[in-house]
Amino acid sequence: MDFTFTEEQTMSAQALGELLGDVCTGADLRALADGTLAGGAGRWQRLAAIGLPGALGPESAGGMGLTEADFVLLAEETGRAALPEPLVAHAGVAVPMLAELAAAGVSGGVPEALERAVSGAACVVVAHPLEDYIAGVDTAELALAGAGVGQVALCRRDELRLLPQASLDPLQPLVRITLPAGRESLLPGAPQVAEGLWRRARMRTMVFAAAQMLGLAARMVGIAVSYAGERRQFGRPIGANQAIKHHLATVQVKLEFARPVVYAAAAMLADAFQAGGPAAALPPLVEARVLQAKLAAADAADLAARTAIQVHGAIGYSWELDLQFYAKRAWALAALNGNRNQMQRRIQELLFGGGIETGPDRLFTN
Amino acid sequence: MAIALHYTQAERALRAEARAWLAAHVPAVPLPSFDTRAGFDAHRAWERELHAGGWSMVTWPREYGGRGLNLVEWLVFEEEYHRADAPGRVNQNGLFLFGPTLMEYGTPGQKARFLPRLAAGDDIWAQAWSEPQAGSDLAALRTTAIQDGDEYVISGHKIWSSRAVYADWCFGLFRTDPASERHRGLSYIVVPLSAPGVRVRPIAQLDGEPGFAEIFFDEVHVPVANRIGAEGQGWEIAMATAGFERGLMLRSPARFQRTAARLVELYRRHAADCDPALASTVAQCWMDADAYALSTYMTAARLIAGGRIGVEASLNKVFWSELDLAMHRAAQSILGARAALMREAPDAADAGGWVEGFLFSLAGPIYAGANEIQRNIIAERLLGLPRGPA
Repeated sequence: MDFTFTEEQTMSAQALGELLGDVCTGADLRALADGTLAGGAGRWQRLAAIGLPGALGPESAGGMGLTEADFVLLAEETGRAALPEPLVAHAGVAVPMLAELAAAGVSGGVPEALERAVSGAACVVVAHPLEDYIAGVDTAELALAGAGVGQVALCRRDELRLLPQASLDPLQPLVRITLPAGRESLLPGAPQVAEGLWRRARMRTMVFAAAQMLGLAARMVGIAVSYAGERRQFGRPIGANQAIKHHLATVQVKLEFARPVVYAAAAMLADAFQAGGPAAALPPLVEARVLQAKLAAADAADLAARTAIQVHGAIGYSWELDLQFYAKRAWALAALNGNRNQMQRRIQELLFGGGIETGPDRLFTN
Repeated sequence: MAIALHYTQAERALRAEARAWLAAHVPAVPLPSFDTRAGFDAHRAWERELHAGGWSMVTWPREYGGRGLNLVEWLVFEEEYHRADAPGRVNQNGLFLFGPTLMEYGTPGQKARFLPRLAAGDDIWAQAWSEPQAGSDLAALRTTAIQDGDEYVISGHKIWSSRAVYADWCFGLFRTDPASERHRGLSYIVVPLSAPGVRVRPIAQLDGEPGFAEIFFDEVHVPVANRIGAEGQGWEIAMATAGFERGLMLRSPARFQRTAARLVELYRRHAADCDPALASTVAQCWMDADAYALSTYMTAARLIAGGRIGVEASLNKVFWSELDLAMHRAAQSILGARAALMREAPDAADAGGWVEGFLFSLAGPIYAGANEIQRNIIAERLLGLPRGPA
């Protein structure tokens, strides 16, 4: 039993954090939101240059061969920066799904797409059949989609009918996708495999959304702490008042107890995926941990967002504060791919329906 | 190293060994409260039995009566201990607070003198910190220990000292420099509660039992050798003790996971009569208990790799105390009218355990440093907010 990241894992995350600190500042986000900067200023190319789009791709396809446990810290860093590009959806979800399709012997353009996705030449997003809206379509060349969970199709963006939605998060606008009629599954006659692939995609989406929300929560706490140390009222920094301190301390408690859940969920997911193929059932405890991770991180990020706005006072409610980009990303991630209501219900099914054993010796799948 | 959330063969073997021993030794009927005379004696006997089995303080070196296990192995043992509903540790302040302090700051002679008797349950320890005018503001304490030759002469008044009514010793913080103020001039000294001049006055807790006490010191003489660490180093050492108290050992996660499991069971039995909103509350309690455990595994791994526990201990203290309260409040909601029945009542649910646990959970946000103080510590020392008017 060893719950520590390797030095390599933490150093990679640190390096990504530093890169994003340079190329994804609050001013960059504002320029994008205000429409004064198009195309993300070459950020995607910078990320591709260090191999990130292919992080979870197999080494045989030119990828880095990393697991969910390796990627979780990287996803956290993209959250901390509110990265507009869909790196997490691409590298964390689409690439492993393409790799699983390729491993299942699917052709139909999959090996070629995988190679281009791993190198970052093509951005691929995943449109889960049960999700109404997805983000990042504007930068994507390809999308994995399906008319139902028993089907998987790989589509070019121009084949899809896209209905853009005015969105809370101005940097990752949502789109409703409709598949072209009569599109055939890449896995005809194997709906169970397709279902398994979608299940895995959804689990990855959730755990990496949770990781992004950890980063977002920490970023928002940092912004609020910094403001509370500078803003003076009644002759002292507002952060010297216990009312402010206690609010922010409460956020920090929530954040630091979401963190181990997210990391454990990623590691348990990686183990479960390696132990069985796409059609294999996921152990109930692993599924519950992933849902718990997203719930806990969403709660922490939501509290961080609301607290940071409150700490700022009126300016917190203004468009001019960069805080909004982090808050809105957090709320969007929380709402998509399993909201609080759905996840609580599913966890209750697993917990009270007997799928999960409780007790002090039942923390891991042992 | 890398994340490997699987128990090793050796960890599994330890679990099996602990499980078998506990199954053979844990009393079939729960012991009476250790805040009663009879209960205290029964719990001391249990400490001796644990020690005879080699399970009293598993992380200590063998020479002090331990097993030399690492912190992950300690967690495994704790999981089995709470899974078996084994008795509460009457010597918890000695084992989990004083012991680690002594291990770090004591001389070899002091360790040899105190640790084996601690592990064996021969000496049960109480903590003597708070004073009537020094609670959250501990540095306001006034009880003095004035050196006279090779002795200290202690005079003053400590309060809210858990287990002091029946304990053998106390470890405390005393002002050895009477001209000093605040955090300076304090020393960490241990005092036998049987020493002439010590008077202990029991204080009943919310459950009616004398779980804590006042300790009056009227020119109590103790050898200078009873001082742990250097003169004037008391505050630093006390804060280290506080770190153990808030951070890791005093409240192992298994205790809360066991309560969460019981809560899930209670809910399953009464689901039909419950407000559906309770399902969400109970599920959240289960998740939070596991979150605390996962966090502790992460901390244990960090400490094994050479890290130290610091200010983040305050995060733990806030989290586990609020979790414990939330679990017992949920149980009280499920129990309905029986939430008002104490242990002796013929209709008491779970032998009154939930109600007594609820009362005790109210102490959690207060002891080991009130949660308001913990939040100040988190804000100032972890987040870096400016110090300000308290």
